[in-house]
Amino acid sequence: MLTKKQLFTRGMLDISPHMLSVIPFGIICGAIGVELGFHPYLVYAMSFIIFGGASQIVFLQLLSGGASSLVAVASVGIINSRHLLYGAVLSEYLEKLSFIKKLLISYVVVDQGFAESNKFFKKNRSEEFLHYHLIGTGCTMWVCWQIATLSGIVLGSFVPEELGLTFAIPLTFIAIVVQDLKKLDHVIVMITCGLSSLLFFDAPFKSYIIISPIVALFVAALLLRLKK
Amino acid sequence: MTLTSIIFAGILTYFTRMTMIALISRDMLGDKIKAVLEYVPSAVFPAIIFPGIFINDFGTFIEMNDPKIFGALVAVIVGYFSKNIIATISAGLVSYWFLIFVVFN
Repeated sequence: MLTKKQLFTRGMLDISPHMLSVIPFGIICGAIGVELGFHPYLVYAMSFIIFGGASQIVFLQLLSGGASSLVAVASVGIINSRHLLYGAVLSEYLEKLSFIKKLLISYVVVDQGFAESNKFFKKNRSEEFLHYHLIGTGCTMWVCWQIATLSGIVLGSFVPEELGLTFAIPLTFIAIVVQDLKKLDHVIVMITCGLSSLLFFDAPFKSYIIISPIVALFVAALLLRLKK
Repeated sequence: MTLTSIIFAGILTYFTRMTMIALISRDMLGDKIKAVLEYVPSAVFPAIIFPGIFINDFGTFIEMNDPKIFGALVAVIVGYFSKNIIATISAGLVSYWFLIFVVFN
């Protein structure tokens, strides 16, 4: 049985490799916000209040492009609606927690943290304080995101644009799913999602980001039926 | 004005994170749904990966000889065999840089 501290540290260690892509991306996000003409305090407030990677850039780009606040807010909600799926998966492991703890832990659920903690949870179901792993991944992400966006806001885009570092984001997610390429059913689900995301890319409010997972999960349900 | 929108966007985002964790109990999800939820990572992350590779900053499709496709393939191969996140990201970036700075320069 691992202690709370050991689980927290394990979570930190499991997510830290992803900071290789998260930190440059955070710097770019901060810098873009200021370049688009928004007040530095507002750009930083987003990292604290929304705490949601790409949705922050989309929000500012929409507003600076003349979209209404309603459209910008709705887009953030739709882009981040994928967290509903993460929550549904995680709820199984967090059900013993008190309501207040659930409310607090929810704030730090992020893509990479969900991915790494979910992998850990599946292998260590019997641990008593599993949620400390999720707190570890989430807090590491939170601290790095705050520092990265803040440095982008203060120092400007000191990451050379020619390096194309936003490309590190798809790479970080490739690292997350690549081992599942061993399983044919997962490959089919991934291809379905990927192709749908390209097909629906121009759908309003960036909704491809939730439409394609729904299509892919529907295919997953069909595959499960065929397996029986 | 913008701050108000940010706060609304933040509340909305928080609800997407909190709803399923705090408001839904496990009994409300049947075994079939739980089996489907096993596929969530495979069903969600390609929606970030594919557009990140195949669609450029201007929202249009890239050419089939774009260095990003090569970089992504290298990352998949290195990731598959190394099972290492840092190796996967670095291999993808370095092969991408090799093409844009050395080969196509």
